[in-house]
Amino acid sequence: MGAAAGVATVLTSRKSLAYSLPTPPPEPTDCALHPPNSPPTRPFVQALPIPPIAIPTRLNPQPTKSANLAAGEAPRADHQFWDRFFPFVQYDVTIQGGLHQFHPDMPPTYIWGYNGIYPGPTFLNVYGVPVVVRFHNNLPVNHQGFGTNTHTTHLHNGHTGSESDGFAEDFWGPGFFKDHHYLNVYAGFQQLGGIGDPLEAQFTYWYHDHRHSFTATNNYRGLNGMYLAFNEKDTGFEFSEQGEEALRLPGIDRAGVSHDIPLHLTDKSFCTNGQMFVPAPDAAPAGDKFIVNGVIQPFLQVNRRKYRFRILNSGPARIYTLNVNDNNGNVVPFQVVATDGNLLPSPVTIPDPLETAIASATLAGGPGLQVHVSSRYDVVIDFSNSNIGDHWYLSNIAPQFVNNAPEPDNDAVAPGLEVENVVMRFDIVGDEFDESRVPDVLTALPDISGPLANLAATRTWNFNNSLVGPKGDPGNPAAPKIFNINGLTFDAARADATMAQGSAETWLLRSRFPGAAWHHPVHIHLEEGRVLDRRTVQVVNGVRTITNHFVPPLQRGRRDVYPIGGGDEILVFLQFRDLFGKYMIHCHNLAHEDGLMLTRWDVGTTTSTSTSAVYSDGTANTGTVVDSNGVSQAVPDQGGQPNITPALTTLSDSFDLGSNRKPSIGRSKKGVNA
Amino acid sequence: MNRRDFLTCHVPEKSQPAASLGAEYYSNGVFRTQDNKPVRFYTDLIKGKIAIINFFYASCDTYCPMSMHCLTKVQQQLGDRLGRTTFMYSFSLKPDEDTPEKLKAYAKGIGAKPGWTFLTGSEYDLATVRFKLFRVDHPWVDFNLNLHAGMLRIINDNNSQWTSWVLPDRVPLIMEAISWVDPTKPLDVRARENAERQAKIDKEREVLEPKWDEYRKAQGWPTVAQKAEDPVQLKHFRSLLAARG
Repeated sequence: MGAAAGVATVLTSRKSLAYSLPTPPPEPTDCALHPPNSPPTRPFVQALPIPPIAIPTRLNPQPTKSANLAAGEAPRADHQFWDRFFPFVQYDVTIQGGLHQFHPDMPPTYIWGYNGIYPGPTFLNVYGVPVVVRFHNNLPVNHQGFGTNTHTTHLHNGHTGSESDGFAEDFWGPGFFKDHHYLNVYAGFQQLGGIGDPLEAQFTYWYHDHRHSFTATNNYRGLNGMYLAFNEKDTGFEFSEQGEEALRLPGIDRAGVSHDIPLHLTDKSFCTNGQMFVPAPDAAPAGDKFIVNGVIQPFLQVNRRKYRFRILNSGPARIYTLNVNDNNGNVVPFQVVATDGNLLPSPVTIPDPLETAIASATLAGGPGLQVHVSSRYDVVIDFSNSNIGDHWYLSNIAPQFVNNAPEPDNDAVAPGLEVENVVMRFDIVGDEFDESRVPDVLTALPDISGPLANLAATRTWNFNNSLVGPKGDPGNPAAPKIFNINGLTFDAARADATMAQGSAETWLLRSRFPGAAWHHPVHIHLEEGRVLDRRTVQVVNGVRTITNHFVPPLQRGRRDVYPIGGGDEILVFLQFRDLFGKYMIHCHNLAHEDGLMLTRWDVGTTTSTSTSAVYSDGTANTGTVVDSNGVSQAVPDQGGQPNITPALTTLSDSFDLGSNRKPSIGRSKKGVNA
Repeated sequence: MNRRDFLTCHVPEKSQPAASLGAEYYSNGVFRTQDNKPVRFYTDLIKGKIAIINFFYASCDTYCPMSMHCLTKVQQQLGDRLGRTTFMYSFSLKPDEDTPEKLKAYAKGIGAKPGWTFLTGSEYDLATVRFKLFRVDHPWVDFNLNLHAGMLRIINDNNSQWTSWVLPDRVPLIMEAISWVDPTKPLDVRARENAERQAKIDKEREVLEPKWDEYRKAQGWPTVAQKAEDPVQLKHFRSLLAARG
């Protein structure tokens, strides 16, 4: 079809949507000047809201396997497995502006949201029931200020075809939509048939904007929400009239009341007029207000029984160390049942001494549950030992991104616990029947011994900081790119590695900045991985020390976010099954991601023997340039590392910093300005 | 959204308030160009313009040459936009070394055209601008001068859109990044671009998909076209139902 004819159809073929959203409010001008702090807000005055559930609809026009450009769909490749997993369940979501009140003490502020709300609606899914979600972009065409009106959505971490995966370059602008096909099947369905291996189930996903260079600001505007999946094991119900397999974790009871509650954490800053604040039009700050499900420091009324909380840290950059504290400020242990939405073999009780040891080695953290950006932890908190009328607290002790306001007097909410460290409060109000269980054995992990014995390759991904260059090599200065992977930054046309479909590999993820407080929560798309090994490399004045760590149970489960601190090296087992196309590995600290610490890799029909430092047009990414004096000089290979490593023992040294001093960024525990 | 809304809500409004962050945000310190002409940062360099800004110093022999070479390519690509709507600014990281005369020689050496200005000034003003534009809130980066040779800031003051890229990199990527601060193009133009991109994707897939199918066949996997009622899947569903009891 001719391009002009396509335009004409775009403008005439649209019918009204099944339901209508309010007209987006006009965009305000950003408040420009840096306020010393957000305005004060009283803690615990608003109840924790639960984001609404996305309601399926009947799409008009009906979704198609190939992009329906005539109806206004953005370009994309054909959906893989469209016929095999045809989506009878359809959702219609519009990405647009809206107003949201983060706290009763502040006026509503302008946000962007899925369906114009923050957080976006929660999608509820059942394994075996594929869905299609139509994402309309209705962001302002004449957008000004932070964020960009082009957008792409990633389902984190769906086993999704690359055309529906929200690849960072496949964004679309206002006036267009794109259909994402979410299979809701388990990985391995090609080899195993049916809908794959049920042991590959993930239950807690989230979806968010993935438009490169603007991910931080678009997410800060509010473009994210949760996506949950259930199956016969994790049914969402806690009563006994279920199949044998059902775990009966805290969930919906026989009265229909849910005890399965999402806690969508973020932190933001606000101007004195209550408007959301950013320090520059492309930078999302570490906020000084803790926000849960869109409300600053909310409270939640609970009964004396078990609850399941799905904790998500949606960024932009903060790392939380979470604890539950009772009335007297004492730490109350709680159980983690799932990491990144994947059930653990058995629950892990937090605080866990093994976790604490790692936390204090890398982040000067104390005991608690470290939640990096984009990590999800499903936890069960048991309130049955509390007294009615008690207040319990979810607290954060990570001494990170501190604001410098004077502390208000008498701000302790419990002995030893200050209001600045409290994310939210639990009010124990009564008793309630509790049929739920937390079994000692939650799941078996998929057997990986076969593929592990038959690895196609071992690959190294160096998450470098530009300051670090190989010492004593003047010809190879530090890569000037602040955030890079193997010395390279994002180029949508360049795949740094290709994996054969159905193959398995181990990937070594390294943070090559020993001794620094740089953390990279590395995220790998497509499939969940397993951490096999973990160690820290420190080179101080030429002396190299390697500390091998035990991989504690919490980190040994299936994951898709692998936090690495300074000098850390972790070995991850991954498989690349079922789907072909382009995927990404990146740092999920949104500022680092926007600094282009983001790389494409492909699933194809062959295994690349090295990181393919070649663009899709065949040009090498290193070569010669002519400097200002007309002298030709080689562009240094900024990675400086071979990418296929035969064995862990032959890795070259980490870079030498000469000192393992940590920068002092303030040691106060203050996190929030109440 | 009905059809009328669809037509009207994507038309730029003329009455949009000015979005510029203004001199108050950008600061307005005085710098000297390579022609020793005094200019104010916001009023003369940013206001109403698209600005492409980097930091360098003339005697830098590690990565500045690569970054600056890359920018000469960008200059060529910008064509007649340069000096009219779009301006390139290279600020000195070492003002005590980089006198206007030295900058002039450097600019001549790399063939800078009018519209690409080289600037130096007081250390205080330069640091202010550097922090405003390139701050990442980490002392190891913010106080390391050399690092700033690898950063490129792109600003459109008219709609207060910022973006950044890294130096050196492929010129098409930098040109694409520059295009992101432009106002959104009309719907029909973007629809035409979409059609072009779709044609490109289809062409790629024409090559890839037969390869993928062949691979699947070689592995003995079901083909993509196989529908949900395949016996394997039905068996799986039955086993699921049986597990439910």
